[in-house]
Amino acid sequence: MNTWQRFNNSYFFYSFKRDPVAIASFTIFIFLVGISFLAPVVAPFNPYDTSTIDIMDSELPPNWMEEGDDRFILGTDIQGRDLLSTMLYGLRTSVIIGIGAVLFQAFLGIIVGLTAGYLGGKIDAFLMRIADIQFSIPYLIVAIIASAVFQIAFGVDRFEALALPLLVIIIGISEWPKYARTVRASVLGERNKEYVEAARVIGLNRRLIMYRHILPNTMTPVLVISTIQVAQAVMSEAALSFLGLGMPITKPSLGSLINAGFEYVFSGSWWITLFPGILLVLFTLVIILFGDWLRDVMNPKLYKG
Amino acid sequence: MFAFIIRRIIQAVIVMLVISFIGFSVQHSIGDPVRDMVGERVSEAEREALRDKLGLNDPFLTQYFRFVKNACYGDLGISYFHNKPTMHVILRKAPATIELIFATTIIILLITFPVGVYSAINPNSWFSRVVMGVSTIGVAVPVFLTAIILIYIFGVELQWLPAFGRGDTVNIWGWETGFLTKDGLLHLILPSISLASIMLPLYIRLIRSEMMEVLETEYIKFAWAKGLNRYRVWLLHAFKNTLLPVITVIGVEIGILFAFTLLTETVFQWQGMGFMFLEAVERADTALIVAYLVIVGVMFVVINTLVDVIYGFVNPMVRITGSK
Repeated sequence: MNTWQRFNNSYFFYSFKRDPVAIASFTIFIFLVGISFLAPVVAPFNPYDTSTIDIMDSELPPNWMEEGDDRFILGTDIQGRDLLSTMLYGLRTSVIIGIGAVLFQAFLGIIVGLTAGYLGGKIDAFLMRIADIQFSIPYLIVAIIASAVFQIAFGVDRFEALALPLLVIIIGISEWPKYARTVRASVLGERNKEYVEAARVIGLNRRLIMYRHILPNTMTPVLVISTIQVAQAVMSEAALSFLGLGMPITKPSLGSLINAGFEYVFSGSWWITLFPGILLVLFTLVIILFGDWLRDVMNPKLYKG
Repeated sequence: MFAFIIRRIIQAVIVMLVISFIGFSVQHSIGDPVRDMVGERVSEAEREALRDKLGLNDPFLTQYFRFVKNACYGDLGISYFHNKPTMHVILRKAPATIELIFATTIIILLITFPVGVYSAINPNSWFSRVVMGVSTIGVAVPVFLTAIILIYIFGVELQWLPAFGRGDTVNIWGWETGFLTKDGLLHLILPSISLASIMLPLYIRLIRSEMMEVLETEYIKFAWAKGLNRYRVWLLHAFKNTLLPVITVIGVEIGILFAFTLLTETVFQWQGMGFMFLEAVERADTALIVAYLVIVGVMFVVINTLVDVIYGFVNPMVRITGSK
């Protein structure tokens, strides 16, 4: 049986096909990620190309409204950029940071959790205490303080130039304990199983047992929390950018677009804020819905018991 | 029990030392108190003399111990922008934040309990379905977006409610309160509703699922069988037993609420600790940032330790597993 057939006959795919919410949210997710990465091709304008931007076009409402312009479907922002194109590019930035941050926090958390869970003893107590300490402070506070410190340490200009990798690191640092705890808990469950003992008996070294034997068996819960974590990371990024501690407006993410539009809400230009906001909500919502479904399917208690 | 409390307190002290160490390292590596204190015209030699006098040329650890010692006396340095002790600046802003969290908590309790209980009792009514649908979407709506939409509707279009600031406040024994003036209360409405909006979906779901679980238990069935009045069964027998898990979660969530005041205060220009912190970041006021870090750290450590100790009283299991 090849991989495709196995996948096709699996319980996983079977329940996916029967769940309209899962199908819809997955489709929308793929669609949004797709158009955001194809933004240079599908977007009507390039917001990074200053030669196409005309300041005279600034703050135009969407084209179905009275003063709207047919060139700009969703209107323009304060700098005269086409809002739809800017949003697509912004979504791409948000997606890159969201996924990058989750990969980084998973990397940190898996190493810590695996080491703590497998080695146990003092190392376990030490590592988990650090995780507990950080866990007791909300991730958003950690992320905000970390980015504030980075911004002052690097200076605003360099921070803006390096914003993308720095945000990945900041959000990664603020969320790793969740992975560490999850991985450690499932390592503790796996550690004393027979296959690990067998591997030990044939004389494999610890590193090999940890990474090649135990790690793959702890991946299910990691996968389950990863979907929700991507949504969380995208929202953290938006929050940081909204506070002016994230992506600069010259390289906007959805959060910085909302922030930029906020001042103009008072003069009635609601679209600059509302459309990026709706896109952000839609994007996080589909990830959360898909993550909920994934958790239900992957949780063996629910379908075996 | 006594040993348990002592152990928790020792842990809290260690955590505080770690946080203050991080705070001090930040200040040590990016802050420059001399630049904060003197103007452009002071010569390099005079700066160096000042440095020596302030002990900035001492070894790192000596400086750190001095920092901790001063912090224990409540001296966390001087904010160069406000030209006042940082402790003083932060404490003056604290009432605004505390009042915002307090008002938000009241709104959360007033809305979530009736709605959660109702939708547990009538899970198939249209109201419960709408509530569950809205709360699913609500989880994905960031607090600043809710705030902006509220400002646009009630502040800009309808002009019913003020959209920024705290309004009139009254000073009672050094506590600036907005609760006692009509203007202050009006200013409180939009920020506290926005802040409540992040917690409402979670709590409604939590209360609903707890209540539904309780309604399935044997003793509720027995209460029905006895033919008790249904309100008595719902409110006295069932509701009371959903309270314990809900209250424990609320203790934790207050901390998260505090984190989100940073966003809410920025949107509404609410003159609280969060707004002050972000202003400090813009002005690169390192001393104030570090003081904020330490004070927030103390706050969370105290809250967590208290929660743990209360837990230890209520639930002996915690004491036993913790003592091995």
